Amino acid sequence: MSEKPSAFLSRRGGATTLCFAVLALIPPLAGWLHEPFLIRQFIQIMAMGLAAMSLDLILGYGGLVSFGHAAFVGLAGYTVGILDFHAGDGSLFLGLIPGTTNALIAWPAAIAVSMLAAALIGLVCTQAGGTVFFMLTLAFAQMVYYGFSGWTLYGSDEGLSMGGRSELPLLDISDNTNFYYFCFAVLLLCFLAMRAIVGSRFGMVLRGVRQNERRLAAVGVPTRPYRLAAFVIAGGFAGVAGILLANYQTFVSPGDLSWTRSGELISMVVLGGLGSLIGPVLGAAAYLLLRLVIGSYTTHWAVVFGPFLILVVLFARAGLFGFVVRGREV
Amino acid sequence: MAEPILQTTDLVKRFGGLVATDHVSLSLVPGELHAIIGPNGAGKTTLVAQLSGEMAPTAGRVRFDGQDITDLPMPRRARLGLVRSFQITSICPEFSALDNVAMAVQARLGHSFHFWRNARTDPALIMPARRVLEQVDLAARADVPAGLLSHGEQRQLEVAIALATEPKLLLLDEPMAGMGREESQRMVSFLQTLKRRYTILLIEHDMDAVFALADRISVLVYGKVIATGLPDEVRANPEVQHAYLGDEAEEAAAAEAANA
Ligand SMILES: Nc1ncnc2c1ncn2[C@@H]1O[C@H](COP(=O)(O)OP(=O)(O)OP(=O)(O)O)[C@@H](O)[C@H]1O
Ligand SMILES: [Mg+2]
Repeated sequence: MSEKPSAFLSRRGGATTLCFAVLALIPPLAGWLHEPFLIRQFIQIMAMGLAAMSLDLILGYGGLVSFGHAAFVGLAGYTVGILDFHAGDGSLFLGLIPGTTNALIAWPAAIAVSMLAAALIGLVCTQAGGTVFFMLTLAFAQMVYYGFSGWTLYGSDEGLSMGGRSELPLLDISDNTNFYYFCFAVLLLCFLAMRAIVGSRFGMVLRGVRQNERRLAAVGVPTRPYRLAAFVIAGGFAGVAGILLANYQTFVSPGDLSWTRSGELISMVVLGGLGSLIGPVLGAAAYLLLRLVIGSYTTHWAVVFGPFLILVVLFARAGLFGFVVRGREV
Repeated sequence: MAEPILQTTDLVKRFGGLVATDHVSLSLVPGELHAIIGPNGAGKTTLVAQLSGEMAPTAGRVRFDGQDITDLPMPRRARLGLVRSFQITSICPEFSALDNVAMAVQARLGHSFHFWRNARTDPALIMPARRVLEQVDLAARADVPAGLLSHGEQRQLEVAIALATEPKLLLLDEPMAGMGREESQRMVSFLQTLKRRYTILLIEHDMDAVFALADRISVLVYGKVIATGLPDEVRANPEVQHAYLGDEAEEAAAAEAANA
């Protein structure tokens, strides 16, 4: 990797292009196989993949092990769901805000909620690093989780069903194929944005934070504001993923922001390859497809997945994506 | 004498019962190369840590470039131009040598809240970083991950990173630590080229190097500065000879005195 950075980079680029090409071909493939179910399955993969990709920004690049990332995915989902709920019966959220099914209003609101929550939670969590950061993110995510599972108006533990997908002008995303390509475009744009971010000066600081925070401080970079900003940006992209996920499910529940979901996201990132952005999408695909296949044979699918994850970590330390292109990006 | 660029007054650092810095009052004139020598565990690194802001002193003040910086954290001091290198190499091991230096350039150019433009192809970062690597003879190794460089190369990189911030005062904590004879020689001649262009506080064990380079020398023993002065004064100081330079030097000095 050191001798031939250009070959290495083009390999990465090639593998990334291939991943997107495969995703683009899923709908015709599903039509050809008469398996429309594949389209839905891959919408879920792309939404979860985007959530994992956003986690990779802080986990893979910044070395910040957040165990509460699903909270930001779920908060955006709930924002869409709750606005949909109030649009349904004409009531007001907290007696103040009318509901809406209009994506142009609901989605920016959802992203704003996720980023705001990430800013508030991050303000506390980024004071610490390492294990303390990990525990704090978990603690805050659990607070969000218990908040929603106790909120009877929005279905408590049962979750909240939406009247349908959000409404976009010009594009009818209630159609699965349309929604599929919409998610594909969102994933691609988010990927390009995050790739620019990790390559920017900000991204270099983030990568430096993981490698040697003291070194950055010694040359004059106070790391905390950057860690916080990364946390908020990752929260925003997690929000985008949450919007896709809520619209895919037309349903939100506390399960969407539980610690187990956060753990799944970490598994996807590690499985797919830390610090590679596209790897976590591969990780999400592998995770969800394995669960589907193994789950049809046994309910104890984790018994199979756990050792599999350990094997990947042991033998392909840069994850599935690293297995393809050899080596993690720095 | 000009207004000192760095001044400590009665700096004290205690670790429990151990006094690692014992009422140290130092003052550095702009442009000088001031060396601090002292046996292992004398408190040299602890002093650097307090000057660079990594460690808060138990008591005493630090002034730098006309302001009291005692309460400023390390990044703030670095941006004021007070930059250290580490005795135990501290680099970003997965970054290339060039990336490591470019990060220091980036830090000097202001905040890093730039999210879009690719940093690795940004001439504002890369060109100055390459120039510094050339200065320390590492240009050929620019693209090698820093963790894979040899020990000596990492020591050169350590100094390059500090230089790339264009400091007003360079704190070098044993830049030759663990280097071979030849590498040390090269580092000494390199430091010679930095002399006058930078104000330097050099911590060093290697006596030959110190006496070759320093304008003034302070001797630290058990946290206390027992002598400060020109190299010859320090060499001739009986207390220093007794505490640090050892019998050999004492004899040499006696012989010199006899010859004179
Ligand atoms: N964080 C710390 N906690 C407790 N004691 C410490 C700490 N750091 C240093 N010391 C002690 O303070 C004393 C001075 O240590 P320091 O590292 O400053 O010495 P030094 O002069 O740099 O030595 P060397 O020549 O080996 O680098 C030593 O006795 C050391 O054990
Ligand atoms: Mg030391």
